[in-house]
Amino acid sequence: MTPKRKKRIMLIGLMLAGVAIAAGFALQAFNENLMFFYTPSEVSAGEAPAGRMIRVGGLVTEGSVQRQSDGLTVQFDVTDNNKTITVQYTGILPDLFREGQGIVAHGQLQEDRLFVAAEVLAKHDENYMPPEVADALKATHDAATSDNAKKVN
Amino acid sequence: MFNNFFHRMASPKHFYRLAGILIPWLAVPCLLLTLAGLYYGLVKAPPDYQQGDSYRIMFIHVPAAWMSMFIYVVMAGAGAIGLIWRIKLAEMVAISSAPIGASFTFLALVTGSIWGKPMWGTWWVWDARLTSELILLFLYLGVIALNNAIDDKRMAARAVAILALVGVINIPIIHYSVEWWNTLHQGPTVTKFDKPSIHLSMLIPLLLMAVAFKLYYAFVVLMRARCEVLDRERNSGWVKELAEKT
Repeated sequence: MTPKRKKRIMLIGLMLAGVAIAAGFALQAFNENLMFFYTPSEVSAGEAPAGRMIRVGGLVTEGSVQRQSDGLTVQFDVTDNNKTITVQYTGILPDLFREGQGIVAHGQLQEDRLFVAAEVLAKHDENYMPPEVADALKATHDAATSDNAKKVN
Repeated sequence: MFNNFFHRMASPKHFYRLAGILIPWLAVPCLLLTLAGLYYGLVKAPPDYQQGDSYRIMFIHVPAAWMSMFIYVVMAGAGAIGLIWRIKLAEMVAISSAPIGASFTFLALVTGSIWGKPMWGTWWVWDARLTSELILLFLYLGVIALNNAIDDKRMAARAVAILALVGVINIPIIHYSVEWWNTLHQGPTVTKFDKPSIHLSMLIPLLLMAVAFKLYYAFVVLMRARCEVLDRERNSGWVKELAEKT
């Protein structure tokens, strides 16, 4: 390898390292703003800005979904298995919205700790399987939990 | 001898001939794998337990997104080789890759958007994954525009290589965006060290499509690079000879 080529390799290496370091610092600085949503724990701890539109993400608590009499307004709890926030939303929910599913709600936290959402998005997880497999998994899971329950009793 | 082989391979004339022979050997398996992938993906694979049939768009979306990143790395790598060793062929491969990569990026963004509307409830969100993939599209467009803005091809190739190399930092950001930050986009299903969280009956068509897309890129980049060779070497004896024969 000629010295000229070695020099070029060095220069390219230095450039890549410089860009990587700059990008690292920039992303570190923007870290807060790159978060698409806050978790209920962060909101409870007061880390989310108050009085502004924010996004809250978490799982819809099983059995918490209540429809109001007007048929469009829904109220449900969003949890990160630590803290819980009650969300109220008027509008059409996405296909994937269901209890136990991850969602992201965009809205504002009211004085009474009720989160009024203007938009609710469903967050899909990375699991793909046929319905039969999902049923089988659920069956074994249920059997395991009922076994545990028996042991406790 | 080794060195000699590489120099012969990198000579435009040999490349032109060899690429011409290779193209059908890549294009035919690509077509067969695409047909097999689409058949297994759209007909044979079972519906998803949550998304039903809508998830099938991933057989296009996921390989396209993988290709968008893979082609960028190839383009930046070829650009670096061109910069360091001043090999013309590497420059041609780099610039020939850009429009293909841009198309795959566009395809990934559009199919993701079409899937996002019914599943997430929105066409677009500014989360880290979607935004970084959009930046990738702009990088590709920047590379194409920069190449066209400079008349001298060899100067253009150097400028393009530097832009491509600076942009390569975006690739790990795209890949890890779903792990570093909270995003609406889900985490990796296949490209992780753990067992893939996808059923085998769905994984097989996905991988078939991924290989088909790789082959598609391989033969299209050879076709584009051949045109680039003819264009750049238009004043050399062998190209003139070729033109006279046809």
